[in-house]
Amino acid sequence: MTALLSVRDLSIGFGAGEAVVQGVSFDVEAGQTLALVGESGSGKTITCRAALRILPRTAQIRSGTITLNDSKGLEDLTAISERQMRDIRGNRVSMIFQEPMRSLSPLHKIGNQVSEVLWLHRGASEAQARKEVLTQFERVGFPDPQRAYDSYPFELSGGMRQRAMIAMAMVAKPELLIADEPTTALDVTTQAQVLGLIKELQRETGMALILVTHDLGVVANMAEQVVVMHKGRVMESGAAAPILTTPAHPYTQQLFNAAPQIPDKEAVGIPMPSEDLILQMNSVSKTYTMRSSKGWQGDRLIHACRGVDLNLARGKTLAIVGESGSGKTTAARIALGAEPPDPGGEVLFRTAPDADPITVHHMTRAQRTAFQRKAQMVFQDPYSSLSPRMRIQDAMTEPLEIHKIGLPAEQRDKAAEMLQRVGLNADMLKRYPHAFSGGQRQRLSIARAMMLDPQLIVCDEPTSALDVSVQEQILTLLENLQDSLKLSYFFISHDLAVVARIADEVAVMRRGLVVEQAPPETLFYNPHHPYTKALIAAQPEPDINRPIDLNLVALGAGSPDSWDDAFRFTDSVIPSLVEMEPGHKVRCHV
Amino acid sequence: MVMLRYAVYRFFTMLLTLLVVSVLIFVIINLPPGDYLSNQIAELQASGQSAGVAKAEFLRTEYALDRPMWEQYLIWMGFWPGPHGFEGLIQGNYGWSFEFDRPVAEIVGDTLWLTVVVNLAAILFVYAVALPLGVLAAARSRTWIDYTSAFVGYLGLATPNFLLALILFYYGHQYFNLPIGGLMDPIYEGEPMSWDKMKSILLHLIVPTFVIGTSGASAMMQRLRANMLDELGKPYVETAIAKGMAPSRMLTKYPLRVAFNPFVADIGNLLPSMVSGSVLVSVVLGLQTIGPTLLTALKTQDQFLSAFILMFVALLTLIGTMISDILLVMLDPRIRYEGREA
Repeated sequence: MTALLSVRDLSIGFGAGEAVVQGVSFDVEAGQTLALVGESGSGKTITCRAALRILPRTAQIRSGTITLNDSKGLEDLTAISERQMRDIRGNRVSMIFQEPMRSLSPLHKIGNQVSEVLWLHRGASEAQARKEVLTQFERVGFPDPQRAYDSYPFELSGGMRQRAMIAMAMVAKPELLIADEPTTALDVTTQAQVLGLIKELQRETGMALILVTHDLGVVANMAEQVVVMHKGRVMESGAAAPILTTPAHPYTQQLFNAAPQIPDKEAVGIPMPSEDLILQMNSVSKTYTMRSSKGWQGDRLIHACRGVDLNLARGKTLAIVGESGSGKTTAARIALGAEPPDPGGEVLFRTAPDADPITVHHMTRAQRTAFQRKAQMVFQDPYSSLSPRMRIQDAMTEPLEIHKIGLPAEQRDKAAEMLQRVGLNADMLKRYPHAFSGGQRQRLSIARAMMLDPQLIVCDEPTSALDVSVQEQILTLLENLQDSLKLSYFFISHDLAVVARIADEVAVMRRGLVVEQAPPETLFYNPHHPYTKALIAAQPEPDINRPIDLNLVALGAGSPDSWDDAFRFTDSVIPSLVEMEPGHKVRCHV
Repeated sequence: MVMLRYAVYRFFTMLLTLLVVSVLIFVIINLPPGDYLSNQIAELQASGQSAGVAKAEFLRTEYALDRPMWEQYLIWMGFWPGPHGFEGLIQGNYGWSFEFDRPVAEIVGDTLWLTVVVNLAAILFVYAVALPLGVLAAARSRTWIDYTSAFVGYLGLATPNFLLALILFYYGHQYFNLPIGGLMDPIYEGEPMSWDKMKSILLHLIVPTFVIGTSGASAMMQRLRANMLDELGKPYVETAIAKGMAPSRMLTKYPLRVAFNPFVADIGNLLPSMVSGSVLVSVVLGLQTIGPTLLTALKTQDQFLSAFILMFVALLTLIGTMISDILLVMLDPRIRYEGREA
């Protein structure tokens, strides 16, 4: 046995139930990257946690062995005592988790939490550990390691926290790192940088990596070996290149087909029609004032949206793309009337091509009721957007009750009809939300939004909490509904591939400004703005021959001051949106 | 620096609150019609004892009870000259008890600090018991340790305090020769503090501390257990395990620190509930605390006495909340750095 870590015939189960991981075997060679790929419920996370025996209390390893064979010796990880296991954790094998926001204790300084590894495993003194941790911090890309050492997690951004986690995992120089969806919670450009960092560190130290992910694009960029899991079993495993180019197992093929891709063929997009606009946002800005808690400091202004002009034609889809904090959600909230824009901006809504426009933020009571019936929203998190204490039927008929539409029997019929429209059964009406999977819940949210026969639906990242194959189904559902009911979508996403598929026009936002706007074909084939280029470059593609170009990402993802002269903007000098070709606008100086 | 500024700020808000509380106390005590003296005068006049009436009338002017209410308040506080110049709370003059016919200071005297001692002992007991048991119950949740501690805890919550007091006195005396009743041996009463007196007080404190603290401890234990269980499911606990920490170190360093906040915030609430909750216990156990005196004073509308005691309890509460607020700021960087530029 020569592999660094070899898993043989591993089965794990909860209580007396059926095993959730069955007969899983794989080997990780020293210095290699193995990707465990699968959708939620595939058992990939449980499998990788079993290596460090960090399992939920009710889970037990039923059979199989996990053997670690590193420079310090040979250990049977399923058999050794808890005490011996502790010497391995963080020292010979370490782990990074999915949520950097919550994986660090909020009450302890970053430096303390990272140094702890050295105190535990090396018996290092405070000063020794500090020195070593500072070096490590510099290595993972903290601009000011001293400052980071004495910071609390809430003072750092998500990307920086994940870097701190990586520093923590690497500081004891383990020979194997297990990363459980390390970049899923990060923005796409941050993801690209963090993946690049992990790869670089790996090259330097020669450690092996087990990467747990659902994203085939990440796999293509990182892995040499791939294990595809589904419902607790290994579907396909082997070297990355053949699996990614010619997947043999139908399940792997299915995963590939579901993954949306950014198109790169030359095509000329059709600009959004300019007549029959259902929604018009004219120079919408939103400024929040952050009250300073210290009396002598002035309040700080936060520009969530700056002069946003967007038009949505009836029956079309307008998408806003941007990272967290770019102002895309604020724009959507203003479009729905949930928040007023700063004076000077207006939002117009037309119920019919020849109807008088409704000014969304100056509505009479009757207009407001009419508007609410015509504009609805689908939220990001299908788990928290349905009340767990309401039956599906009650949740769905509630909008009708509020607007006093129809008799109870008619409301029920309507609910049943909508369930069928979104691909669910009418006999599910009596159930509670917990009886549904994530994808089914998102169908329910869509069905609920459809109950009032709206014309406009605002979708706030409707698929980002879902698995790829489910995402595919939801996008198809949205497209079918649009075709049959002539719906208009205002679609918010951070995922360019999703947007490429569903949108008729895309607006890229950064720091509250639209920096580039075009039909998706034009935008993706011929992006002008460095930020758009960075977003496209950062998107991991499930193609082993097209790795992420970190240089392009670094060029555009930094602060606007680092952009080329032509695109640079500051708080006072903002270039205007210039139409480069019909329907393709870029914010630049000319 | 941040801490010091906060402490000073917190101290001044406490003084302000105390001022508002003093107005409320004074108004509420004077809400029922009549006062101790006018009741007495009416009674004396009915029985025709004119000598007593003259004395009562004298006291009325002596303590300015014939003046308008706002003036009475200001005189009581010492902001306004009374019949003998500035003589109020802030000058250290606590007023006159009509019921006991003695100065308030003399009546409350020893009981003030004995109250503080009894309640501090009870609070220490609450924390000393609830902290380890709560953590243990959470760490070993759904095992016999958890169930036993919950059972004993609920028993403690459900048993009436005075009953528990009587039972403990009986068995404590029978098996451990613990003293019954009082807070010290009668021979030490009024004596200056000495080593023996302190020993006697400590010995007498055992049963009352246990009685007053039990219900608070079991409630707090359950709360801590619930908080800890919430925290144990958080990802940062997993991170700590993945680092290779031993369970005990990990528990106390991470989840306990986070679960500890509500625990600290409770200090302020514990004090008043203990003082008012221990009135009955004090009566049953014959403790020389302030509780029984307050009861008498309120019943007989002895206004200066009851107002002073209420002010004292309010002060204890406010000091408690101030301490817990300052501790919270020290413990939780998220509160400390609120509003700091990132």
